[in-house]
Amino acid sequence: MSDHSTYTPKTGIERWIDARMPIIRVMHDAGVSYPTPKNLNYLWTFGGILTFMLVAQIITGVVLVMHYTPHTTLAFNSVEHIMRDVNYGWMIRYFHANGASMFFIAVYVHMFRGLYYGSYKAPRELLWILGVVIFLLMMATGFMGYVLPWGQMSFWGATVITNLFSAFPFVGEPIVTWLWGGYSVDNPTLNRFFSLHYLLPFMLAAVVFLHIWALHVVGQNNPDGVEVKNYAKDTVPFTPYATSKDAFGMVCFIVFFGYFVFYMPNFLGHPDNYIPANPLSTPAHIVPEWYYLPFYAILRSIPDKLLGVLAMFAAIAVLAFLPWLDTSRVRSNRYRPTAKIFFWTLVVVCFLLGYCGSQPTDKVVLSLGGKKILDIAGFGAILTAYYFAHFLVILPALGLFEKTRPEPASIADAVLAKHQGQGTVAGAAHAPDRH
Amino acid sequence: MFRSFKSSRIAAIGLAVSLLAGTAGAVSAAGGDTVHPPRQSWSFSGPFGTFDRAQLQRGFKVYKEVCAACHSMKLVAIRTLEDKGGPEFSKGQVKELAATYTVKDGPNDKGEMFERPGRPADFFPSPFPNDEAAKAAMSAVPPDLSLIAKARSYERGVLLSLVDLVTQYQEQGPDYISALLNGYVDPPKGVKVEDGLNYNTYFPGNKLAMAKPLSDGQVDYSDGSPATVEQYSRDVTAFLMWAAEPKLEDRKRIGAYFMLLFISLACFTYFTKKKVWSDVQH
Repeated sequence: MSDHSTYTPKTGIERWIDARMPIIRVMHDAGVSYPTPKNLNYLWTFGGILTFMLVAQIITGVVLVMHYTPHTTLAFNSVEHIMRDVNYGWMIRYFHANGASMFFIAVYVHMFRGLYYGSYKAPRELLWILGVVIFLLMMATGFMGYVLPWGQMSFWGATVITNLFSAFPFVGEPIVTWLWGGYSVDNPTLNRFFSLHYLLPFMLAAVVFLHIWALHVVGQNNPDGVEVKNYAKDTVPFTPYATSKDAFGMVCFIVFFGYFVFYMPNFLGHPDNYIPANPLSTPAHIVPEWYYLPFYAILRSIPDKLLGVLAMFAAIAVLAFLPWLDTSRVRSNRYRPTAKIFFWTLVVVCFLLGYCGSQPTDKVVLSLGGKKILDIAGFGAILTAYYFAHFLVILPALGLFEKTRPEPASIADAVLAKHQGQGTVAGAAHAPDRH
Repeated sequence: MFRSFKSSRIAAIGLAVSLLAGTAGAVSAAGGDTVHPPRQSWSFSGPFGTFDRAQLQRGFKVYKEVCAACHSMKLVAIRTLEDKGGPEFSKGQVKELAATYTVKDGPNDKGEMFERPGRPADFFPSPFPNDEAAKAAMSAVPPDLSLIAKARSYERGVLLSLVDLVTQYQEQGPDYISALLNGYVDPPKGVKVEDGLNYNTYFPGNKLAMAKPLSDGQVDYSDGSPATVEQYSRDVTAFLMWAAEPKLEDRKRIGAYFMLLFISLACFTYFTKKKVWSDVQH
């Protein structure tokens, strides 16, 4: 897709640059002439939204660092200094803190979109795996960022999560001491988390670059899951088509983002993080940020600590093997009636895992005649089993047994069928394809 | 095909909601005896909420004459009392007020610490020199009040939280504080309250170290507002909300402009997109 360039330098300066370093050509091919399947829906705008979120987080973060002090005795107060005395500091901090949540909302939509339309299948395996790496880096970055305000949840969240590594036999304790830079979460921990929280987003940006590079080699998947057959009939140029659609999607997302920042800025946070960290007082319930809750539930639902930790990491790692676990030759769930049901079941299971992660493990979920039948830990274990079964049993088996619907011959055919199906043939006739 | 896609999605979401509702119901049925604070109406709630200056000024009086005897408020500078969006005391009033505090400063050119009258740029001095002194005098360290209105809340559950998100109910902290200040009652029969603890309806676990801090007629109001515990607690809670979120009015005001701008931009980009795509069947 990137092998034929339609860029023709118009001015002398452009020709001069093009002969020496064809950067304008690369940008033109990636952002203007790049062929985009014309049947993409709004779920495809989330890639652009995520790029915007990464840039927004880096910009607000760089400004916050100008006023923040990474020291246990000063960190909490320096955040409050930002909230109270720095010009528009409250806005920058609320944008950054809520931005992390928005980033994760967008990434989850993006990931589930990939799952539904089979975007991980050949030839997009590497593109998908790079996405899993991005997701991991995001989780690490978000976790370290949440520690920086040095509130009660910062401190205790850091304590609980870093302690997970102690589950590994022999190397566990030394790893934890090494991570902490001492024998408990303290100033050295805060300092290294600060350093890494500044570093990781730039690594993230680098992997995002690779992700976009891979995307431009293999091209975008689309809701019908059939490859582009004829550029003229199946695709439209990125600009103005995808740019105008992405712009609308992004502005809508910014409205959603702004609603949190300006009207519900603390809705996604925890009140305990407005209490300075106190190593001598443990909060009643230590709850991670909402975007980790499903994984936290998986961790806690297995009684053995080591197995719990391994299950939690496996829950993410399993995604990297998805291109080979899904054996179906049909990509899009549009043409996979059974897979569709399992997809939505998985969505529900992930939400319920999130719910389990937010509740104390001994809380009763189901009781009959005053007798406890199921608590959060048990419910979480069932959901965890289903989560892994989806990827390790259901998807591999489904590809072999599922009776799929016939796929359209091409994207152009799918678009035509959709319009005929909706009875808008007359309208379509008035707007003949230019491409 | 399109239909079945939609119906299976609706069924899935329906299942999720009913399961969440089901678990929430089971939990509340089995749940404990914590009483949720009653919902109050606050001038600063909602998308266009602002503080009531007179209420903040009264609340400050309650804070200064009652709360400040035991509680610190280290993160709030005296000068901010004259800031826009706050109690908006006059420059003169704030200067005069600051001078009533004694602040430890130094070292001077002889290397000694000294005491001087407060200045507006100072932060509110704490009643105890350190937490240990507070604990020695009070049996427990009274929490700092700078952020208390944002650091306290009560559990709303998954479904109510989603309702709160839409209705913008975020005054759980103020509702709790105000209820707590009104919540001192005699313990129910059979409940033993240990020495140094006090029974309160709204405190998690019901027993807290702070004794009933407010009583009717304790603080003089010059604006004719009722000198009752109920009024005091509402006023001081509003003041504490301002102390925790001094830029609340700025935030909501700028939010309105932000929304106006980006919703217009959404319309603009929507019609641009529509125009661009009008010649392509998609």
